[in-house]
Amino acid sequence: MFGQRGSSRSRVALAGALSVGLAFSLAACGDSDDSDSGTTDSSAAAIDCSPYAAFGDIKGKTVTIYTGIVTPEDTPHKESYKPFEQCTGATIKYEGDKAFETQILVRAKAGNPPDLAFVPQPGLLQQLVATGKAVEAPAETSANVDKWFGEDWKAYGTVDGKFYAAPLGANVKSLVWYSPQEFKDKGYTVPTTLADLQTLTDKIVTDGGKPWCAGISSGEATGWPLTDWVEDFVLRTAGPETYDKWVKHEIPFNDPAIVTAFDAVGGYLKNDKYVNGGLGDVKSIASTTFQDAGLPILDGQCSLHRQASFYAANFPKETTVAEDGDVYAFYLPGQDASSKPVLGGGEFVLAFADRPEVKAFQTYLASDVWANAKAKLSSGWVSANKGLDTNNLKNPIDKLSATILLDPNATFRFDGSDMMPAAVGSNAFWKQSTNWITGQDTKTTVDNIEKAWPQ
Amino acid sequence: MSTVTPVTTTPPLTPEKVSAASTAKKKLTSPWASLAALIIAVLWTLPTFGLLVSSFRPERAIKTTGWWTFFSDPKVTFENYQAVFDPDNINLADFFLNSIVITLPAVIIPLCLASLAAYAFAWMNFKGKNFLFIAIFALQIVPLQVTLIPLLSLYVDMGIANTFWTLWLSHSAFALPLAIYILHNFIKEVPSSLIEAARMDGAGHVAIFFRVLLPLLTPALAAFGIFQFLWVWNDLLVSLTFAGSPEISPITVQLSNLSGTRGTAWHLLSAGAFVSIIVPVTVFLLLQRYFVRGLLAGSVKG
Amino acid sequence: MFTTASTTADKLFQMFAAILLFAAVVGVILFIASRVAGKRDSFVAYLYLAPVVLMLSVGLLYPGLRTIYESFFNAAGDAFIGIDNYKLILTDSEQLVVLRNTAFWVLFTPFLATGVGLLYAILVDKARIESVAKALVFLPMSISFVAASVIWKFMYEYRPDQGNVKQIGLVNQVIVWLGGKPVQLLIDSPLNTFLLILVMIWIQAGFAMTLLSAAIKAIPDDIVEAARLDGVTPWGMFRFVTLPAIRPAVIVVLTTIAIGTLKVFDIVQTMTGGRFDTSVIANEFYSQSFRSANQGLGAALAVVLFILVIPIIVYNIRQLRRSEA
Repeated sequence: MFGQRGSSRSRVALAGALSVGLAFSLAACGDSDDSDSGTTDSSAAAIDCSPYAAFGDIKGKTVTIYTGIVTPEDTPHKESYKPFEQCTGATIKYEGDKAFETQILVRAKAGNPPDLAFVPQPGLLQQLVATGKAVEAPAETSANVDKWFGEDWKAYGTVDGKFYAAPLGANVKSLVWYSPQEFKDKGYTVPTTLADLQTLTDKIVTDGGKPWCAGISSGEATGWPLTDWVEDFVLRTAGPETYDKWVKHEIPFNDPAIVTAFDAVGGYLKNDKYVNGGLGDVKSIASTTFQDAGLPILDGQCSLHRQASFYAANFPKETTVAEDGDVYAFYLPGQDASSKPVLGGGEFVLAFADRPEVKAFQTYLASDVWANAKAKLSSGWVSANKGLDTNNLKNPIDKLSATILLDPNATFRFDGSDMMPAAVGSNAFWKQSTNWITGQDTKTTVDNIEKAWPQ
Repeated sequence: MSTVTPVTTTPPLTPEKVSAASTAKKKLTSPWASLAALIIAVLWTLPTFGLLVSSFRPERAIKTTGWWTFFSDPKVTFENYQAVFDPDNINLADFFLNSIVITLPAVIIPLCLASLAAYAFAWMNFKGKNFLFIAIFALQIVPLQVTLIPLLSLYVDMGIANTFWTLWLSHSAFALPLAIYILHNFIKEVPSSLIEAARMDGAGHVAIFFRVLLPLLTPALAAFGIFQFLWVWNDLLVSLTFAGSPEISPITVQLSNLSGTRGTAWHLLSAGAFVSIIVPVTVFLLLQRYFVRGLLAGSVKG
Repeated sequence: MFTTASTTADKLFQMFAAILLFAAVVGVILFIASRVAGKRDSFVAYLYLAPVVLMLSVGLLYPGLRTIYESFFNAAGDAFIGIDNYKLILTDSEQLVVLRNTAFWVLFTPFLATGVGLLYAILVDKARIESVAKALVFLPMSISFVAASVIWKFMYEYRPDQGNVKQIGLVNQVIVWLGGKPVQLLIDSPLNTFLLILVMIWIQAGFAMTLLSAAIKAIPDDIVEAARLDGVTPWGMFRFVTLPAIRPAVIVVLTTIAIGTLKVFDIVQTMTGGRFDTSVIANEFYSQSFRSANQGLGAALAVVLFILVIPIIVYNIRQLRRSEA
């Protein structure tokens, strides 16, 4: 992730992790799951070809894919295309690139886009559609999305009333990592309200520990983990309606509700008593890479780490991720036990060509068949696809994520910074949050971000 | 100083010759000079040395202790190197070949074109010479990033998108301002008497260029060749944008994707980084000798 | 030949074909030039310059002009806003920090890198192991930024001051050995900018050293000998013989490094991502154009780069004029 001459490092974690960062986690963390990751024979399980017959004979045709998902997380993706390739005779050409998020714009603007791109942010999706090079999703794909996904997910892939991009993978961000062993030994219980979380935090301090650890360093995307924190707290302290208005800029960024959320985050992260377990003082949050930030849990230096489901991939190979293992995560509780806001992300399949083989493959990716094939192949991957059989998921974190995603009582909201205009969502919000953690006050921070919002 | 040769190097075997620098140095009392040189050399080598050591350490050790602890607690592993050459996964060897295929034409093409242009600027009179020279010089400042979209659109229109041609042409164009500037400065230093003498003998521009200038120019060509080689070999931005296909991507692209979505694969990065610097360092060491031969071929001191 | 090569043979074939094609172009130009020999100089000159002018017009001039044009437009590039983008660069506090950092970079890097390179070139001149010694300092030049950022991570990395935690970065380890507390080196401004500049100097000193060493060796022996017989002091030798003789080379080196420094982007991008007040113009340009989708401001930043290089160009032209006079 370092030293790309001129490339932008996309939101390292997000880009890959959205669907696939998780993919690696099983291979990385579960002994029992190792045999299921990567290539298994089940991948080649024959599928019903009839849905693709309508697209005509596409044998020998090629579909190119461009994505931010790189090695080794790309393997399960490629494997999951095999049933389609075998059944139609088409070839899928896959290109993973960590600089995807800026390069896809360059390529689209210059007229050299791939057939399909996996876009991890609705904001970027809108920019790509604005280049005029993208094409709407075919009716067959749209029908699949209507059948297998919720309306909100379809809406993320819709620009100006036209449906472009079907959802692919998903992830859950409202998670707090912890050590089940430590909780058992010290008699801590998983909190179910925000007040509980505060009580637990203070209790850990009383027991002589530093409860939280965090890290936001991520190259040019430095700051993004903080924006996730803030979004999670806007959802909790102000509620989903205010959250939606905030994301759409119907209320200004420096609205008092947002200041409250920032300060609520600051109550944890800007408090030297609470942070930064095993990593230093408050300031060290800025210099610690997000990949390293949760590792002190393993050494008992830190008890709580708020990070998305894909973080499972960052633990060393020998770590067991399970409810009774070395690490696991609990749902970051709502204001009270009855409200259940969930922050998450995902990626979307945007097409730049409407040849039959491209349409056929888009339709395949939007189907429950693919979602289940992918789930069987890759540990550490979930989708919001309602046809996904959770039994196909083997990593406990995936099951937890799927349960949260498919919970009818949960209020799902997409990562707000991914939906805001790029000048805010992938620039000012990140930058100012970074300044905020190194000492800038909340008011200056939100005022500066508001100022950066494009008129 | 009208009689200065182009950049040249004295062969190391020549018996004790005096140079300005060596005189200056000797009077500086040698022990101190040696010490100062030693300090600079150590400071400049240490960071890379740390990388070399790290590339042979196990993943866990890299992440928890500094590389210097290697000497008190040596743990050696070749796994990092095995991993980066694994043909099923990272497969650095294929990308290595691509780097070579990209680099050679991207060095030779601008060198040919730039020496013609530099000659024209140095020894010919034509209208708009100064303006054109300044304009070309000034183009150095155009940041590569602003050229990405216009050039890629052009390549798409020409039908050569996703081929090596995009890289060869882009690298050549980007190299020209500096190449012309450097070669021009060297050509300018060639004594005009030499050129005049050749002209008297009835040599045309072509003959002068080949018979008089090219031999003198060899060291300068080698010098610029090295820098262009390094620039192209180490480039990431241009390849990321124009290659557009893993089949023709160079080693730097794979290296930057190497850390994977997980981010901190320092063990793989340090091994991969080391593999990537072997060729440029070798090229430099080889061409350094070539400098010397350049001198022997065309020494015009006096 | 103009397709995506996928096999090794294909790749090598395309490579040789490309080289031959360009050799043929040069051959044709020379052939025509020899045919018109004796006629007007300017025709031959234009012929020699034709391929270069063509490539540069398309590859650099057109994009450059387009950038100037775009700098007067808004973020989306669809409304003319005059010089608002420039006003923002000169008034916005964040952009002013960017300008300040760029000034630090361009003031310190060329002179320090050239100074170290020159000193070292003199120190190892004629030493028994000269080529080895030079290779050591040249080494960083041949390292890509991907590799360099890994290397410097092992220098600057910070680990907290806690009993069982060991330092990974050498600089902090040295601080600890000397009895100090580890420092978060890349967080505090403007120290962090200077630490990044150090990386650039580390890379560029080899460039300066190589060119200057070659220039030193080209100083005619008789001049040196004459000065020595006159009993010139070492400093005098350097000041009145070496320096004037290598002056053109020093200017080339300073110019090249200064321009390279103005464009510096990778180091900042990879080591801090431009956070903690370390951004420079080239990095800010990239971030505004490709990340923030602010095409107008990005273009204006690129134009500021053009403007900053004007003094360097003017100085070089003066030097050229003087040497021609």
